[in-house]
Amino acid sequence: MAQAIADPAPSTRPPDALRRSLGSALLYGLGFAILVWSYQGADIRPMALFADAGNMATFAAEFFPPDFAQWRYYISEILITLQIAVWGTFLAIIFAIPFGLMAAENLSPLWLRQPVRRLMDSFRAINEMVFAMLFVVAVGLGPFAGVLAIFVHTTGILAKLFSEAVEAIDPRPVEGIRATGANVLEEILYGVIPQVIPLWVSYSLYRFESNVRSATVVGMVGAGGIGVVLWEVIRGFYFAQTCAVMLMIIVTVSLLDMLSSWLRRRFL
Amino acid sequence: MTHWAVEVRNLSKTFGGGRKALDGVSITVAAGEMVALIGASGSGKSTLLRHLSGLVAGDRRAGAGAIKIGGAAVQANGRLSADVRRIRGDVGFVFQQFNLVNRLTVITNVLIGTLGRLPLWRTLLFRFPETERRRAIAALQRVGIADWAFQRAATLSGGQQQRAAIARAMVQGAKLVLADEPIASLDPEAARRVMESLAELNRGDGVTVIVSLHQVQFAMRYCPRTIALRSGQVVFDGPSAALTPQKLAELYGAEAEELLLGEAPTPAKTSPRGTIGFPRPVEALAIAAAG
Repeated sequence: MAQAIADPAPSTRPPDALRRSLGSALLYGLGFAILVWSYQGADIRPMALFADAGNMATFAAEFFPPDFAQWRYYISEILITLQIAVWGTFLAIIFAIPFGLMAAENLSPLWLRQPVRRLMDSFRAINEMVFAMLFVVAVGLGPFAGVLAIFVHTTGILAKLFSEAVEAIDPRPVEGIRATGANVLEEILYGVIPQVIPLWVSYSLYRFESNVRSATVVGMVGAGGIGVVLWEVIRGFYFAQTCAVMLMIIVTVSLLDMLSSWLRRRFL
Repeated sequence: MTHWAVEVRNLSKTFGGGRKALDGVSITVAAGEMVALIGASGSGKSTLLRHLSGLVAGDRRAGAGAIKIGGAAVQANGRLSADVRRIRGDVGFVFQQFNLVNRLTVITNVLIGTLGRLPLWRTLLFRFPETERRRAIAALQRVGIADWAFQRAATLSGGQQQRAAIARAMVQGAKLVLADEPIASLDPEAARRVMESLAELNRGDGVTVIVSLHQVQFAMRYCPRTIALRSGQVVFDGPSAALTPQKLAELYGAEAEELLLGEAPTPAKTSPRGTIGFPRPVEALAIAAAG
């Protein structure tokens, strides 16, 4: 763009434009080809939705009216799910702070940064669900396996986000502190942390929100909480109860989203 | 005092691309002096001051220069001395862009001056002794901004922030204060107050002050002695009164005008990384929400 403006000879423009439009045509073509190629593998059958519409309607009808008979039990299990998310997120924050600082380009030497980053990559690359299945084997069925699964995965995510916030700080206040004879720990505590704290709080709250959702899912592989209940009622074809559980999860998650966005506004 | 407060011997610094920022600089400043360092933009003033505090190391080769402060080596031949942190504790640094931590209160910023000498357990827990807090308030009173002590530094004007930085050097108990263009980002009235505070520190406490300026009239008013740099070399070292317009024209040619008017717009020095604030929040939040 800037080149085209700077160039006084208009004769060079048409080939440029042509090349650009050829390039984008190729890109669109490639995108279309990928969609076509994936169509079969993903077994896309839109007609099935209509052909089996009757089944779908029967299936949906069984969800209503929702059956709240055991609501006390559901609430106590939802609380366990929240408690899993609270501890998983808390442990992750505690560990993500040193890992995040060690992964930041402007604080950490290459020999430390690279191994820490790769470790965090591997924490992040594997889904909570997979970790949950492994921890269920290691520490047995129940909420603690869920806590560990969420903790490990979230540490990987928060460490990356924390380190990116650290890399974006203004280096000048830190240099001002260094010039007083402070050591590296003091530079970080007084110069770096105050600059990143609003972002760190915000990221942590976001992760807590999504960890509540994850805690529901990890429950389904036996790691405790409302997820276990959900899995049982679905497997037992108790659709009215399934509906009740799902509605209660939706309400819980919405309330927490509201609470956490209110908290975030207060910190930023 | 028998030893020199500052001794720079044959210091050279070459940046990438072979540009010589400092070229065989040798100066000595006695304890208790107030010295101006003048020169046009890019003449090496900032670079020299940053070397004095050991924030930058000179060229790494034998005979590339050495710096001593109070008789102790800061760096030699491009290697920082092992106890550079201890020396920095005695050297206050005042920056053009103030370099305060915006989200901390003014008094905490001033108390940062004590980090070098307080035990680590205190500083890591933000436990400053009562006596240090009193000293901090007293220093803020001296520079005239005690009323703002418990506000965030970001809420202060540029001139007030710079005076807070000077208060930090006072609390630090600095025996030498290096001020790098402390008034370049300030209006004339704020500039005058900052220079008064520095002169007060020099006269009242006997602190050695080296202040880089690019307005000769401030050098003549506040500093008995001036060292002039051009292209990384010392081209003048003597009484400020000798810097007549003729002398400046002789030293700097066309650049002399910038030094005389002192109104040449100074682009705020960008940070080395060039990234201030929090870029890419959207992308980061996208990662936070996914996962």
